[in-house]
Amino acid sequence: MPKILPVKYFKFILSAFVTALLIVAFNSQLILPLAFARFLNPYQGFWQNAENTKTWKDDEAKIPGLKEEVKVYFDERLVPHVFAKNDQDLYFMQGYITAKYRLWQMEIQTHNAAGRISEIIGEKTIDVDRMQRRIGLGYGAETAQAYIAKDPESKKLIDAYCDGVNAYIKTLKPKDYPVEYKLLGYAPEAWTPLKVALLLKNMANMLSVFEYDIENTNFVAKYGEANFRELYPDFIADEDPIIPKGTPWNVTAGDNTDHSQAQANAGGIIKNELFANALEKPDEITGSNNWAVSGSKTKSGKPILCNDPHLHLALPSIWYEMQLVSPYMNVYGATLPGSPAVIIGFNDSISWGVTNGGRDVRDWYKVKFKDASRDEYEYNGQWVKSEKRVERYKVKGKPDVLDTVVYTRFGIVVFDQHFGTADSKKNLAMRWTAHLPSNEFKTFYQLNCGKNYDDYINALKNYTCPAQNFVFASRSGDIAIKQQGRFPLRDKATEQGKFVSNGITDKDEWKGFIPTEDNPTVKNPERGFVSSANQHPTDSTYPYYYPGLGVYENYRNRRINKLLTAAQNIDADFMKKMQTDNYNLLASEALPVLLSLLDQANLNEKEKKIVDELSKWDYYNNAGEVSPVYFEIWWNELRKLLWDEMADKNVPMKQPNFYVTVEFLKHDITSQFYDNLSTPDKRETRADIVLMAFKRIEDTLRKKEFVEVNEPYDTDENYKKDDLKAHDWGSYKDTKISHLAMLDPFSSMHVYSGGNIGIINATNTTNGPSWRMIVDEGAMKAYVVYPGGESGNPGSAYYDNMVGNWAKGQYYEANFIKRGEDLGAKKLFVSTFKP
Amino acid sequence: MVTVFVIVFLASVLQPFLPWYIIAVIAFIAGYFIKQSPLSAFSAAFIAIFMLWVSYAFVLSHANNDLLARKVATLIPMHGHVSLLLIFTGVVGGLVSGFAALSGRFAAAL
Repeated sequence: MPKILPVKYFKFILSAFVTALLIVAFNSQLILPLAFARFLNPYQGFWQNAENTKTWKDDEAKIPGLKEEVKVYFDERLVPHVFAKNDQDLYFMQGYITAKYRLWQMEIQTHNAAGRISEIIGEKTIDVDRMQRRIGLGYGAETAQAYIAKDPESKKLIDAYCDGVNAYIKTLKPKDYPVEYKLLGYAPEAWTPLKVALLLKNMANMLSVFEYDIENTNFVAKYGEANFRELYPDFIADEDPIIPKGTPWNVTAGDNTDHSQAQANAGGIIKNELFANALEKPDEITGSNNWAVSGSKTKSGKPILCNDPHLHLALPSIWYEMQLVSPYMNVYGATLPGSPAVIIGFNDSISWGVTNGGRDVRDWYKVKFKDASRDEYEYNGQWVKSEKRVERYKVKGKPDVLDTVVYTRFGIVVFDQHFGTADSKKNLAMRWTAHLPSNEFKTFYQLNCGKNYDDYINALKNYTCPAQNFVFASRSGDIAIKQQGRFPLRDKATEQGKFVSNGITDKDEWKGFIPTEDNPTVKNPERGFVSSANQHPTDSTYPYYYPGLGVYENYRNRRINKLLTAAQNIDADFMKKMQTDNYNLLASEALPVLLSLLDQANLNEKEKKIVDELSKWDYYNNAGEVSPVYFEIWWNELRKLLWDEMADKNVPMKQPNFYVTVEFLKHDITSQFYDNLSTPDKRETRADIVLMAFKRIEDTLRKKEFVEVNEPYDTDENYKKDDLKAHDWGSYKDTKISHLAMLDPFSSMHVYSGGNIGIINATNTTNGPSWRMIVDEGAMKAYVVYPGGESGNPGSAYYDNMVGNWAKGQYYEANFIKRGEDLGAKKLFVSTFKP
Repeated sequence: MVTVFVIVFLASVLQPFLPWYIIAVIAFIAGYFIKQSPLSAFSAAFIAIFMLWVSYAFVLSHANNDLLARKVATLIPMHGHVSLLLIFTGVVGGLVSGFAALSGRFAAAL
């Protein structure tokens, strides 16, 4: 009989086991959802990230890697003003300081672009990662990085930036890691030139959404050409393009498309097939605004330039405000954490800004493989070899996942039998200008140093993807705008690029690119201003074909141009009011139509009141008004009912844009589209769905939960809205600035502001002006604001300190200081860095 | 109590440089060498780390106006109550320390 263990051994083993179990449970995510002791212990855990501003004072540090001394002045908003003695140290320091305040953000964004989120989160995000790699973000970044490395100046400066970031990372011990690293349980990685390229491609991806090849093919296949032309016209009646109508085109080469060969292309446009997969796109774009006014219309006699890019609102903010000074430049503006140079800003001679051009830079091809191996595909009657790239995904807590992606001359095969819906055997390759070698960094570097219009035009030559409208103003008095990017030469007769094409012959391919000198541009126009708000770059007389397609903006552009045309003696205050203008041009055109179609015979008391409010509305989407809520719900519900044919999840199609929708309601008295597919026994009329949508207003408001604002961490006390149960626009819209890892306590919730899509103040629930900038070249002053703060640390008072003022439409004056100047009372502290 | 003093002293000296679970080693050693009842060893070790962690966390958070702690006390669902978060912090550390000391006491009795 075996000897039973004495009790004292049992006690020891049990207590030791419990101790070990607790250590494992509290130090990892194997047992509990969070490593509680690792995260909560005050010596290494999150308590160390609780920022103590009382310890801030002037300091000095030795940084190996610097060539000479650099001084960084931090002003009252913690904006760094970097003074270096050479350009290499300048970019080194930009990297260092950006890493000090935004390290986690830099890394998570590049991990996202590289399709590496699953390393941190786990297998939930595998398909998100696969999509990123299949659309070629990593491939495009590698191509760009190799190309940039061939330019010695660019390479030197990008390397310096990376060295700076890494120099900062070296100073970190685990207790110093940003709180998100501690929460998710990983450590920062070294920064590389490839990550810089990934970041720029990530931006390109966010802005390249303007292609609907698959959606258009699906629509034409289902509903025919006639409907397609009506619902997706190339140009609208009220077109107000970026380049004013009547501007002469000085093109060098002219249209290279050979119309006689149009029908001879053996592959051809596909209009009779349905595709189950397409890239996800936002319902309507929020876009961006920019404009520049010449001295002929300003009080000072010198230009004023304005820009507000609209992006998904996130924390830490997508932009990081900085001033960079060396003997060769003195530039101020918004930078992208992870990439050197100032992206949107001004220096002592010029200013510039960007809006999304909205050009189609992605084309889809149906590729024909020889067999299931996909080793070869058809090209000009022969079988040519494809390239295969095996992507490896490290997955947290699980074994690696492999995904083989096929590359062809028609692009990367995004959707195939291994990715997309199960029954999609169709191999769809995507060709994207972001896959081309390019050096976008050089464009921004040259703009940073630029002195005049010629420097600006020269700087833009390097810019490839996506299409951006670069607005320009100089202190000497010039204004200009140019839509820049590399745009494929496309066949007009077949409308190449608008639909999915067969990828079988050389005639299906891009025939080259529009010469950069021929891209739409205008300088010092007679009307005294330039502007862009994602609208059509040109009217129909432009000598090159581009798929127009109805994705372009039709409201903000008209409102901006109307205001600027009428205005005289413009100053910065006028521009502030303009950038925060809440006038709803769409409502002013759509609401009268809706009201005229509404059957008011049997409305109840509440509904009559709603009609009454709407009739009195002045069409401003101000936060405190209720009519914007009624209009928004009515308009959205009506579009859902009207365009339910395009909501088929198995056949992706695009909804016609707002303008087309209004025209449709005005002129199409009967149509198959008025029928609501969910009621097969009934055939709805135009009046039916207008009434049905109207009835949903009350219903929606009753069901919506309005939240009382009582969070302890609202930063601007005066701006709390006490009773959000009032159904006003600010409460209904409920703008949210989300943390990048979707953590609500680290987000800025219930931001009370006006505006909406299609309005100059393009703030909706999730998107809005991520940066507002007004540069007054006459007074040499700039006014800026963004919805966030300079620090990426949720434990910092500077994390979201500007949100309140941004929501109220207020600005800060930029401290654009010269070498030797002191910030005086506005200085928080100065850091001196020595080699 | 000697145990409390020894653990607080050693932990405050070593924790800035080592991962948090060094407290288990410290508590085990204290439990092994200091003669007392197992219950006393557990309680003393628990109290030592509870007090050390809560007071240090409190000082750090106070200097920050509890800005970060309130957010974390919502992330870990505690309705934003920093005091609850502090107590939880102390309990987590205290449990590890307590059981380590208890193991030390039982090891000494072998």
